[in-house]
Amino acid sequence: MNAHTKPPAMNLNSGRDDGVAVGEELLSVDNVTLRFGGVTAIEDISFDIRKGEVRAIIGPNGAGKTSMLNVINGFYHPQEGTIRFRGETRTKMKPYEAAASGIARTFQNVALFTGMSTLDNIMSGRSLKMNKNFITQMFYYGPARDEEIEHRRRVEEIIDFLEIAHIRRQPVGKLPYGLQKRVELGRALALEPDLLLLDEPMAGMNLEEKEDMSRFIIDVNQQFGTTIALIEHDMGVVMDLADRVVVLDYGKKIADGIPEEVQASQEVIDAYLGVPH
Amino acid sequence: MGNATNGLDTFPKLLVHNASVFAGRPAMRHKDFGIWQTWSWAEMLEEVRAFSLGLQAIGLKKGDKVAVVGGNRPALYWSFAAVQALGGVPIPVYADAVADEMVYVLQHAEVKFAIVQDQEQVDKILSIKDQLPELKQIAYDWQRGLGDYDEPFLHHITALQTQGREALAGDAELGSKWLDGINEGKGEDLSVMLYTSGTTGKPKGVMLSYDNLVISSRNANQFDSFDETDEIIAYLPLAWVGDHIFSYGQSMTAGYCVCCPESPDTVTENRREIAPTYFFAPPRVFEGLLTDITVRMEDASSFKQKMFKYFLDVAGRVGEKILNGESGVSLKDKLFYRLGDFLVYGPLKNRLGMTRMKVGYTAGEAIGPEIFKFYRSLGLNLKQLYGQTEASVYITAQPDGQISAETVGTPSPDVEIDITDTGEVLYRSPGVFMGYYKNDAATADTKSKEGWVKTGDAGFLDGNGHLRIIDRAKDVGKLNNGSMFPPKYIENKLKFFPNIKEAVAVGDGRDFTAVMLNIDLQPVANWAERNNIAYASYQELANHPQVYAMMADHVDQVNQDLASEERVAGAQIQRFLVLHKELDADDGELTRTMKVRRSLINERYEPLIEALYDGSSERFVETEVVFEDGRKGNISATVKIEDAKTYAPQSMKEAAE
Repeated sequence: MNAHTKPPAMNLNSGRDDGVAVGEELLSVDNVTLRFGGVTAIEDISFDIRKGEVRAIIGPNGAGKTSMLNVINGFYHPQEGTIRFRGETRTKMKPYEAAASGIARTFQNVALFTGMSTLDNIMSGRSLKMNKNFITQMFYYGPARDEEIEHRRRVEEIIDFLEIAHIRRQPVGKLPYGLQKRVELGRALALEPDLLLLDEPMAGMNLEEKEDMSRFIIDVNQQFGTTIALIEHDMGVVMDLADRVVVLDYGKKIADGIPEEVQASQEVIDAYLGVPH
Repeated sequence: MGNATNGLDTFPKLLVHNASVFAGRPAMRHKDFGIWQTWSWAEMLEEVRAFSLGLQAIGLKKGDKVAVVGGNRPALYWSFAAVQALGGVPIPVYADAVADEMVYVLQHAEVKFAIVQDQEQVDKILSIKDQLPELKQIAYDWQRGLGDYDEPFLHHITALQTQGREALAGDAELGSKWLDGINEGKGEDLSVMLYTSGTTGKPKGVMLSYDNLVISSRNANQFDSFDETDEIIAYLPLAWVGDHIFSYGQSMTAGYCVCCPESPDTVTENRREIAPTYFFAPPRVFEGLLTDITVRMEDASSFKQKMFKYFLDVAGRVGEKILNGESGVSLKDKLFYRLGDFLVYGPLKNRLGMTRMKVGYTAGEAIGPEIFKFYRSLGLNLKQLYGQTEASVYITAQPDGQISAETVGTPSPDVEIDITDTGEVLYRSPGVFMGYYKNDAATADTKSKEGWVKTGDAGFLDGNGHLRIIDRAKDVGKLNNGSMFPPKYIENKLKFFPNIKEAVAVGDGRDFTAVMLNIDLQPVANWAERNNIAYASYQELANHPQVYAMMADHVDQVNQDLASEERVAGAQIQRFLVLHKELDADDGELTRTMKVRRSLINERYEPLIEALYDGSSERFVETEVVFEDGRKGNISATVKIEDAKTYAPQSMKEAAE
């Protein structure tokens, strides 16, 4: 093969021009309330996520952060309020429909197929992109194979990007936690998402792993222009990475703005440190 | 041998030549995006030319020094030829050096350009750029993370190549001018500067000419008959002379293919895929691979384990003889060896990526005879060589069929060896360096007017003309009876026994050699368990009579070994003891890289050393120790001292083992 036929620079956002310009609203949450029986997990929350930004959602334990992500990717359906994605107000949506529309996520507790290799796990992220039908795939040769090769190429680009070539063939169950988190990010990227939801991507990591992961998040955001919503507890990370921060406490929004503003807000300080009664 | 270079006396000339004679043959491979990408010699010439013209466009001129910083990536290997084609001098720098270490080399070499691998290296260079007024341009290979750097002196290599290609398309004469520039190069020109790592004092820039490298490479290729069909994997640091010779010099002169791994973490896997025909590794790599195999075999089914063991025994008995082509192997053994090759050795070699290995070399340190023997018994032609940056690597190498774990072989082609009265090894060869850059004093100190270079190592030539390296020349002492006392040589012999973790030999300026030993807890504890030997602590185990018997046995074997070597026969161990505590870096007895600190140990264990020489059979000692949390405590023990049996020197030992 000739050297200059290397794959072109990766653009994991290709194929979908959603008509939303950078800096404009990509997703907005309007007056959303979510209840589980008598418990109100989220109460009348509104905020927006703009295209191309890193949006952090923070708050003490039990503030409703993960519930919020679950509402955004269609896992929970709020009793009140609406969610608008790319200007369309959506009705009750299933998670796989959210995925197909360009919302990918990772989980707080890694949710990978532990017996499968890194490669297969990331490949599974491509399944929504596979168009050939079951019969064609059964015969494999011809169109199905061409499609598989194209997907594999994309997956290899992600492996290269995340620097996990050395674990390509290893079952993910045997990998250290930090690498599993990276594989999970890879699977989410395989979906070529417009909006990437990261639920505590750095939980349980050591400093070095955190630094690596931060770099990958910044690179995903800058190189592919992927919009990112992230839940994180490490304030240093949040302040460094996020363009804007929304703060939840007991299901309510208590602050929203750029990191410096949020950091200075008395309400936020009280929520984290408690107030004397 | 060797001097006939047919006018092909520089690497750019060789590249142009190879592109026509080996046109379609692979020159370089690189695993990228999970697939091995290959460049033929003709394609590589095109890449190098584009790169070179791009560098010319941003101002690279004859005589300019260019730092090359990064891992084993094709673009960095191309940069050598691209720079040399313009008359520039590449200076590969260790990529893992921190900025402060790098700044000395870059300042000393007055580099005008830097060609680096990625953002990490760019950041490093940018952080020291203030101190490098000479540095004009930086080119990088991997764009990742560098998207929003807008410094005008930063260039992506691919962009430079595009610039070069456009210039070539726009100017009909540029191509031939470029070739004219290459033809102006001469063999005696400075080719590359390699900084020695500088464990003592500041690093020194070793200047090597094209003649040094081209002739040494040609000789080495001829010695092991390498040609364009061979393949190696490049995984050692670019700044190390070995990699420069193996992955650049010898490839250019033989036309063989150099394969760059996907990443430093995938070398083992990539080696298996490529199965190189020529492989170099320091002893620790061979040790590591063997440990891997052993661990994996312990998890295998009992049938497999039995089969593995049975056939390894067969290999241990006859493998080396078959490899060396010796007679006296019975037909039955030959048949079993064949069967073993099919069932065990073949799959094992495949696993190691050594299926096609014609020649493997190990150098740098002493390799354990058992490990060495293991690989050779599988039919792998593993050999030792001895070399230095100042010699363009090759000083001695083992010819096929004359292999031993103790020697480093006969002088390489065109190399002359001499031993001084003090035992230091000197050499003279076409590979001898031009001098240290801007350091005439050091040059004069190392290299004589007649071209003899001091190695700093003490050694001797054995009866068959093979060189044996004993120790660093400055560590070698003398016993009162006048015989040579090489401490590390004796210690290494002891440490090859798995039961011995550390050994310290004393004897310089004394009547005889004595040693203090440290048992290796893991194997010794295992052995104790199997032999129903009860013990409560390290100290008790170390002091156990049966452990002493075991150690006496090891010392005895080392003495027999020493007795067979004329020069060191006088340094046989007469008394030994087993230390009551492990030598520990926390107590300052070892360096952090696990080397023995002689002076400190001599001071700390003075009562024991005294006892070794005053004839007493035991001595009570108290030693201060530092616990991991920094607290201090005392360990006291009564240490036994035993005499060892010595042997009459057998200067006329039978031919090579």
